[in-house]
Amino acid sequence: MSLRNRAYIAGAFEHPTRLAPDKSTPQLHAECAAGALADAGLSLEDVDGYFCATDAPGFGPISMIDYLGLKVRHTDSTEMGGCTYIQHVAHAAEAIALGKCKVALITLAGRPRSENVMRFRPGAPESAFEQFVGLTNHTSYGMCAVRHMHEHGTTSEQLAWIKVAASHHAQHNEHAMLPKVVTVEEVLESPMIADPLHRLDCCVTTDGGGALVVVAPEIARSLKRPLVALRGAGEATKGPSGGLGLDLTTSAAARSGPAAFAEAGVTPADIKYASIYDSFTITVLIQLEDLGFCAKGEGGKFVADGNLISGTGKLPFNTDGGGLCSNHPMFRGGITKVIEAVRQLRGEAHPAVQVPDCDLAVATGIGGSLGARHGAATVILERQ
Amino acid sequence: MMSERRYPAPEPNAETRVFWDAAAKGVLKIKNCRACFRAHYYPRAICPHCGSDTTEWVTSEGAGEIYSVSVMRRGEGAPFAVAYVTLDEGPAVLTNIVDCDPDSLAIGQRVRIAFKPSEEGAPPVPTFTPSGD
Repeated sequence: MSLRNRAYIAGAFEHPTRLAPDKSTPQLHAECAAGALADAGLSLEDVDGYFCATDAPGFGPISMIDYLGLKVRHTDSTEMGGCTYIQHVAHAAEAIALGKCKVALITLAGRPRSENVMRFRPGAPESAFEQFVGLTNHTSYGMCAVRHMHEHGTTSEQLAWIKVAASHHAQHNEHAMLPKVVTVEEVLESPMIADPLHRLDCCVTTDGGGALVVVAPEIARSLKRPLVALRGAGEATKGPSGGLGLDLTTSAAARSGPAAFAEAGVTPADIKYASIYDSFTITVLIQLEDLGFCAKGEGGKFVADGNLISGTGKLPFNTDGGGLCSNHPMFRGGITKVIEAVRQLRGEAHPAVQVPDCDLAVATGIGGSLGARHGAATVILERQ
Repeated sequence: MMSERRYPAPEPNAETRVFWDAAAKGVLKIKNCRACFRAHYYPRAICPHCGSDTTEWVTSEGAGEIYSVSVMRRGEGAPFAVAYVTLDEGPAVLTNIVDCDPDSLAIGQRVRIAFKPSEEGAPPVPTFTPSGD
């Protein structure tokens, strides 16, 4: 049994806010839900499946389902960090394929700029051995970049091209937090945060959120929106797991990506547009290699010289400006990766960055901490 | 030189108390598996490599080399070096490299254990320092 054509993304909504001091977090979830349902041409009472993760306040789906006024017969609160919502698309398709629901709503929202939010759960088994280290995502991803440079000769200039490409796209996004086009030199001259990652190698922090509506095929065909099908999906996790054979240059996407491509029956060469989770520039480079867009170690050459810029490069990526320039709501970029892929497949991206005849896209992400333990989720989406 | 950081107190539990009691005496303990003969870190009761519960505490020589290192430049205690150290016994340890110029650190560099005090009455934490060999 395959997930291919078992579910369609009928609604997608990205909250336009990047700073929300005057709203509550549940309110942002509700606004995102309303936006995605309106986009699909559906209403709250059509929803019979609800998906959320630990950004949802309160007692997971129980609190939010009551708050939103939903009446559902299926819930899923799978948690895998920032890439969770990519995984939720696949899990929604699984539930739909098994007849557990027909209209699945996925929401993400949070206000890390406006309130103190808890990012990590206490009491992890590794806590006593790692908490004192002061590991943040900056040094975690920094160590991956240092090791990649050591093994493959990757340079800071090559990493900077990833930010440059994202900024070329962000200039066309009226909601982007950083809409200014930057140069390789500007990235390299920005302050060092954690070697070798400069400030402009890091994503933005934003209030905001997004929502998706995943529906059964017969529902999708009854609606007025273009048909965007899930064609394949994969998920994986990776960590030091005892510390033997540590490898910081390959991510869990080396398993989630090939699994998704295999289920879809396509290869990276078939992909017209790629949403690649960009918490840091190095996150993009490693995933591009792991998904097979280039060989391991060739990522630096692959991203250089504007190869990721829509219209000029071979692989247009993150045409909304991504997490590096536009939006990384609640430190979680998974949902915006799916949303921009849906825009591209519908032909509804900004005309300056719209990929012509975009009928096949990938959305992939990393959740957790790449240099410590993390998850990866990948979906292949197709316009029919 | 990097500034002296304040380390939070580790919280030993029934599974890890031997490690922290040894740390208080300046000894680095890791776990070996009697079923698959492989070592692991951080220590668990059940071997993460094979699932056996026949794990035993062994004393590490506390020597190894830097697998990767990143220097945090911002925030409290910065600059400080975060690194993975591959112990000579095999497992990699996520740690800090202390008592050195963080800009001098490189992959492959030899380091040795150098416990640092945490809070009053709590065990020290396992950091490493360049060993010069």
